[in-house]
Order: sequence, then structure tokens, then C-alpha cells
Amino acid sequence: MEPLLRVENLMKQYADNRPLGERREVTALAGVSLSIYAGKITALVGESGSGKSTLALCLACLERPSSGSIWFEGRDITALGEDEQRRVRPKLQLVFQDPAGSLNPRLTALEIVSEPLIIQKRFQTQERFERAWALLERVGIPGEKAGQRPDEFSGGQRQRLAIARALALEPKLLILDEALAALDCSVQAQIANLLLELQSSLGLTCLFITHDFAMAAHLADEIGVMDHGRIVELGAAEKILRAPENKATLSQLAATPRFRRIANPLAVL
Amino acid sequence: MRYLARRIVHAVFLLFGVSILAFLFSTLAPGNYFDEMRLNPQISPATAAALRAQYQLDQPLPMRYARWVKSIVHGEMGFSFAYNSPVAPLLWVRARNTLFLTFIATLIAWALALPLGVWSAATLGRWPDRALSWTTATLLVIPDLVLALCLLILAVRSGWFPTGGLVSVGFENLTPLNKFRDVARHMALPVAALVLSALPLLVRHVRAAVAEVLEAPFLRAAAAHGIPRRRLLYQYALRAAANPLISLFGFSVGTLLSGSLLVEVVMSWPGLGPFLLEAILARDMYVVVGGVLLSTLFLIGGNFLADVLLYWADPRIRTRTAAR
Repeated sequence: MEPLLRVENLMKQYADNRPLGERREVTALAGVSLSIYAGKITALVGESGSGKSTLALCLACLERPSSGSIWFEGRDITALGEDEQRRVRPKLQLVFQDPAGSLNPRLTALEIVSEPLIIQKRFQTQERFERAWALLERVGIPGEKAGQRPDEFSGGQRQRLAIARALALEPKLLILDEALAALDCSVQAQIANLLLELQSSLGLTCLFITHDFAMAAHLADEIGVMDHGRIVELGAAEKILRAPENKATLSQLAATPRFRRIANPLAVL
Repeated sequence: MRYLARRIVHAVFLLFGVSILAFLFSTLAPGNYFDEMRLNPQISPATAAALRAQYQLDQPLPMRYARWVKSIVHGEMGFSFAYNSPVAPLLWVRARNTLFLTFIATLIAWALALPLGVWSAATLGRWPDRALSWTTATLLVIPDLVLALCLLILAVRSGWFPTGGLVSVGFENLTPLNKFRDVARHMALPVAALVLSALPLLVRHVRAAVAEVLEAPFLRAAAAHGIPRRRLLYQYALRAAANPLISLFGFSVGTLLSGSLLVEVVMSWPGLGPFLLEAILARDMYVVVGGVLLSTLFLIGGNFLADVLLYWADPRIRTRTAAR
């Protein structure tokens, strides 16, 4: 099966220029290759600093990689000019970690969700709002809260808003960059279930980036493990959990909290 | 509306306090306008004392203050000994020129600072940002006075600009277009001095404010929705960074106003600056106190304007105050 998006040997170095002192280069991505298949949830698990978020920004065309390529709809999107990248971006939407900072504090919920349509000049005002209403309902925001601003919503509801906003442009791929990390356990579960529901009802393709192996195991069809800017292990979720091969995978699995009295920890995952 | 009403009440109290302090300090300074006369052998001590009595300078302080406040209510603001006239009309003519100068300088300074600051923030760490940072840092360390003097020397050497005054001789006979050009030529130097002294601070603040919000995830999200770069910077980022900048706007009106007093003296612009300096040297106390009060009023006006703008620009302040 042809993947929706294929990443080939992606590298990203940041120049760390200090006013005085030598130029140093920080390597965030050291050759990442990855395929994402339509309709699946792919999880990327890695510790902080392993390059997960940089990868997310490169995939969304918000950062340019130093080398390598990202194949999407038959084109290498890293090679496109700024204007063409701008036309690709709506198809690859992001949900960020910080639910407070990712929503424009000046706008109401309804405006936030219809904003991408305004930016893209899609539809007339009336239809934009109808679509935004439908999306709010879809992600479980009650209609009477549509006129409220982000500071009046809880963390989980804000993340629901961010998901609704990302879905407004009907993206081919939804990238969730640590989207559950700032939420309570029970709220995490609710949002995770929302994602699973959206996957089955809309056929949504997700890249779920996390440091939480348990959540990745719960959600994902495929899991990739990242360490120091590389994908060290990649395969079906089942396989990675049952028979991990890489040391980094093992150490991260071992660090996943579990219930002590249960003999096989993976059974609860 | 409660929000704005509270601001007005604050302003009234502030004005009241400043008037008392200004009045007190001006009487603490040794001597008064008529002391000079004592050096003049042709005026007898009795005459000087009579003059002091005539202007009620021999009465106790609270009485004089009460009288002065009453004269403000009548629109006189006390009496100028040197000009032998009520203070208010004298001040008004000069204040008009000062306000005119400050208004134009504020307008130009912000019209330059916003695009330069946004440009700097958008190219953070690359050459436009670095060049701008160096330029603003250099301008920042040059004192206003030196800046004004340099411009003055430039004007004298080149002869491109008149070096003082508001209009040329024979202004009355010019056509409206030429009148405009004449005033513009006279304004060029003092406005340039004011703009150059205020600009570096403004550019740096705009840069910092915009650079901070550019990091915000919701602007990243807007970029991900495919918004053009220019619209992202000027419509989204600038609006998100507006609150501190609006407060800075109120502050900048104050600094430009006080800077203007200095520049006016150097460039002989017929505003409050030279007028107040002359009054201070002559101990024409009601003019001095009136000038201080008027400057305070302008300052409060600037900050009040910023408050109104803030109220208008930020829906969160509106709902928060409406909820109370």
C-alpha cells in the first residue's frame, strides 16, 4: 500500500550562534525515515529532546529541514517554494501541547474554529459558521459555550477546540504534538477516545507524538521510537510492545508506570 | 464604562495632588519675582512691599493656593508678573505649538517604529535585525541634547532648513500651499530630533513584543492554516502584541512631551519649553506652576488615550469589566 506521507532521511541542524564564542550546531534530526499510512494512527514515542517536535514542525512545513525529503501527494514538499508550501500547509494540521497558548485569546470558540476557513477564504460567512457549529458539536463542545473565549474553557475543552480548529480545513494528516501531555489522566482518556472515534468515523490519519508509551499503545496502529534524532525502532504497535529490540525502546518501556501487582505489565497497556 | 470612569476619577485626584506639590515646591524656592527690584536703588523697599501685597504674595500659603484654584476655575490660572496678564491665554498659545510638535513627532515615530520593529522581530538574529539593533543601540546612547545640537549644526552648515521659529518673515502673504510648506520646513528639525530620540526605544519594544508573540503556538497554528507571512505579522502578531505597545504609546506621549521642552529650547521653537525656562529664571511662579499642571494634564491625557485604546482593542478587558 502506498503511504500517505513518506519521510526520507530527514535531517535538521540548528545553528546556535552566540554573540561571543564559537558557532555550534545542534542536531535535532539525524536522518529520520518514516511512512504514514492513510486511516491509521501512527505514534512517535521519544524522550524530551529526541527531535519529535522538530519533526512535527518539518512535516507541517513550518520549519525547513536541512536535508532529506518529505513525499506527500507525489511531491517532495521540502523542495517547494514559500507560496506553494503555503498551499500545502492546510492539508497537514497541527495540535500543540499547550492548550492555553495555542488558541487566540481574543477570539470566541466559534471564531477560533471558523478562523482557518477565513484564512483560506473558503465558503461564505454563513456556511463557515455552520461548519464551525458542526465541528464544535463533533468534538463535544456544548453549543451554549460557542460564544466564550479560551480563558473560560478547561484544559480538555481547549484541546477539543484545537482539534476542531485543525479539522476545519479537512486535513489529510493531523499531527498531535504532545497534545495530551498537559491534561489530567481522565481528560487524557476522553480526548484519546475522541481521536479514536474521529479515526473510525472520518477515516482520519493521525501522527501522535508523545513521550507516553502507555497512551501510544492505547491509540496507535504503528509505533516509532525516537532517540537522539533518529527513529530507532518502527513497526506494528503489537510487535513493538511484545518484542522490543532496541535498547532505547526497552528503557522507555521500563520507565512506563504500571500497576505492580499485575504480572505482565504489557497486559494493562 | 466603569473602567473608563474609574480612570477619570484617578486622573482628577492625580491632577489635584500634582497641583498642590507643584505649588509647594515653587514657593519653597528662595526669592520671588519682586526680589530683583531690591537691587535697583531707584525702587524703594516700600514700593516692592506694596507690589508684593498687591499680588498677595505676602499672604499665607493656603490662602494663596485657594485663590489660585479659584482663578483656575475662572480660566485664568493665576497672573504672570512678567507679562502683566493672566497665565492661561499665555500658556495656551505656547501649549498649542508644543502639542502640535509632539503630535506630529508621535505620529511619525510610531509610523516608523511599527514596521521597523516588526521587521526586526521577523528576521530575529539575521542581518536586518542585527543592523537595526546596532543602530538603535547607538541612537540610544546619544543624549537628546547632543542629537538636537548635531541636527542644528547640520542645518546651519547646509542651509537646507531654517534654524528656529515656527514661520518665516512674511508668512501672512503666502498662499495656503506655501504656508504649509513653510511650517513643514520649520518643523523638520525639531521633529527629526524628537523622532530620533524616541525611535530606538519604541523599535526595541515593538521588536520584543512581536518576537515574543511570534513564538506563541496560536500564531504557529495560523501559519499552519496557510496564512500569508505579511498578514501573519501585521494582522495577527501585531494585534496579539498590542496591549504592552498601547501602554507604551501612553508613555511615549509623555516622554516626547518632556523631550519636546528641551528640543524647543535648543531649536527655538515657540512652545512651552522656552516660555517655561524664561519663567523659571524670572521666578514668574504662576507661569511655572501652570506649565507643570498643563504638562501633567497632557501626560494624563496620553495615558487616558492609551486606556481607551486598550479598552477598545482588547475584548477580554471589555468582558471582564462588564462581568463585574
